Amino acid sequence: MESLNDGTAEFDLAVRSVRELNAELHAPSVERYVVRHPRGAHAVAAGVNRPLQVRIDGDVGYYCAGMNQEGLITVDGSAGPGVAENMMSGVVRIRGNASQSAGATAHGGLLIIEGNASTRCGISLKGGDIVVGGEMGAMGAFMAQAGRIVVCGDAGDGLGDSIYEAQIYIRGSVGTLGADCVEKEMRAADRKSLQDLLVQAGMTSQAEDASYLDGFRRYGSARTLYHFTHDHAGSY
Amino acid sequence: MRSPEDRGLRESATFDRAAITAIQAAAATGVYDIRGWGAKRRVPHFDDLLFLGSSMSRYPLEGYRERCDTDVVLGDLHGAEPIHIKIPVTIAGMSFGALSAQAKEALGRGASKVGTATTTGDGGMTEEERGHSDKLIYQLLPSRYGMNPDHLRAADALEVVLGQGAKPGGGGMLLGQKISERVAEMRTLPAGIDQRSACRHPDWTGPDDLTIKINELREITDWTKPIFVKIGASRPYYDVKLAVAAGADVVVLDGMQGGTAATQEVFIEHVGIPILAALPQAVQALQELGMHRRVQLVASGGIRHGADVAKALAMGADAVSIGTAALIALGDNDPKYAEEYEKLGSAAGYYDDFQDGRDPAGITTQDPYLAARLDPVEAGDRLANYLRVLTLEAQTLARACGKSHLLNLEPEDMVSLTVEAAAMSRIPLAGTSWIPGAETRGAE
Repeated sequence: MESLNDGTAEFDLAVRSVRELNAELHAPSVERYVVRHPRGAHAVAAGVNRPLQVRIDGDVGYYCAGMNQEGLITVDGSAGPGVAENMMSGVVRIRGNASQSAGATAHGGLLIIEGNASTRCGISLKGGDIVVGGEMGAMGAFMAQAGRIVVCGDAGDGLGDSIYEAQIYIRGSVGTLGADCVEKEMRAADRKSLQDLLVQAGMTSQAEDASYLDGFRRYGSARTLYHFTHDHAGSY
Repeated sequence: MRSPEDRGLRESATFDRAAITAIQAAAATGVYDIRGWGAKRRVPHFDDLLFLGSSMSRYPLEGYRERCDTDVVLGDLHGAEPIHIKIPVTIAGMSFGALSAQAKEALGRGASKVGTATTTGDGGMTEEERGHSDKLIYQLLPSRYGMNPDHLRAADALEVVLGQGAKPGGGGMLLGQKISERVAEMRTLPAGIDQRSACRHPDWTGPDDLTIKINELREITDWTKPIFVKIGASRPYYDVKLAVAAGADVVVLDGMQGGTAATQEVFIEHVGIPILAALPQAVQALQELGMHRRVQLVASGGIRHGADVAKALAMGADAVSIGTAALIALGDNDPKYAEEYEKLGSAAGYYDDFQDGRDPAGITTQDPYLAARLDPVEAGDRLANYLRVLTLEAQTLARACGKSHLLNLEPEDMVSLTVEAAAMSRIPLAGTSWIPGAETRGAE
């Protein structure tokens, strides 16, 4: 590991292992890291549990920033499946695209995907926030329980299927809505919530652009499937 | 008044009283039956095996004199800190939510008293459970309710749950009457709704992904925690091979008699295979990989007494796990609540409405009044007693077979009582050397 002049440590995955990287991040000697040559490795910066700044210079494989707690992790590239899965807190930013199940079951924190997110983004979300700059694939927010998902582009089929109390904001078109997911009124508080998320994601100019915000529609649970009845047989 | 039998009336074997009641209930409500417990139908089981004991060609060990050890090490294959249990019986995963906090505490107390492990369940880790369990296995389930990396680190082992014997291929279910404020908060759900747990994991599908997932869990916990993989018994030959290839330290195999807190009756009774049929397939898979006894195998589903423990180990398991029996030991189905069971439309010994939240014994409930009936200390003592008896019984049988450790039991110590059991268990029919299907058996 090489120390740069500004107190940042450089960690080169071309010569050292992911195990060594994560061991360092779990018992850090500095507060800022740059990770070189990730080359699609899995579990890069998984299990960070303190407010470290980690910048990953390239594409990562599965479960980058998995179960992140407090870490500020940026991927200057694209991410494989399950990026920031079960995140508890902190911020994870993907400059490129994210594969399926991005932010799955995240309990807290903010996941920003500047490009597109694939299928099952925000599946079973439990309180975390996700902002997608581009488009989101099918089955987004499946069974999402709490938290917010913002998609600045289009969303694919089956949006919010079997959703609980999570909130979804989509600026583009929606393929189809999943079971029990409905469009809801955009109230002032919702608009403010959306605006705040865009600011947190660094999209300040869009957040201050009323016409940009006007393009969003809000989706959530119709709450018709919260209790089993015999009428549900055809609902799924 | 004379009973129907005394009057010469014939009950249909096909449309028996339970079947008729089920049809009537379906017609009246339009909703299928959801219940707890495991399969209640008769299936080939350990009852269909017998130990031969010793004779001229086998020397027994002296009961009460000569040692018969019972300790087992779980999860030492990949360099993690393994779990050392003093008896080969662990407590299966049962959630806070399905069970009261008092019941979870009692399970931890009882297990700890005899030096064994307990397991969390589909609802996260509670303080009561961690605080009173010397050895705690933390489950990673499809729902990820309450999943917390701090709890991963606080656990003694991690168990990736692919399924359970009561419902291979099915997700969890917790009906609204059990979603108290605390349960709701732990699961991030509105209180009082009927909660559906996913049947598939949200961030991986298939064995190749599981390999990567297990690697992530190891990375997060710095490779210190053994990884268990739990499968419901359906295709164990393949599932065990894939679990081992994915990096499991321990495989937990749950037969169809394994319990559940709430599942459709049709699922419980009609999906999955008995542990008797599953266990030999799992052992064969491990043996072919050269991993038998290196990747430990924990069998569950219908373990009731020390004979079941001994038979499972003799068939090749390294340990067993108990759920339903542990609840009974705590006080479930206690005759002292007979009147209350009657009021609920059930009876002591029959009560299986664990989904309902009105358990008179205070175990499968979130009702504070009912839950307070269970004294965790006394219930823990009962469980510890029961676990001691299981162990003593298994030792008795092992000594009779001349074994100085329970893990020295082997298939050759047993015979099958029925043709079906011989075919499933691959243990010869008593008085013969016949194992139906043995001559044609290949990969399952």
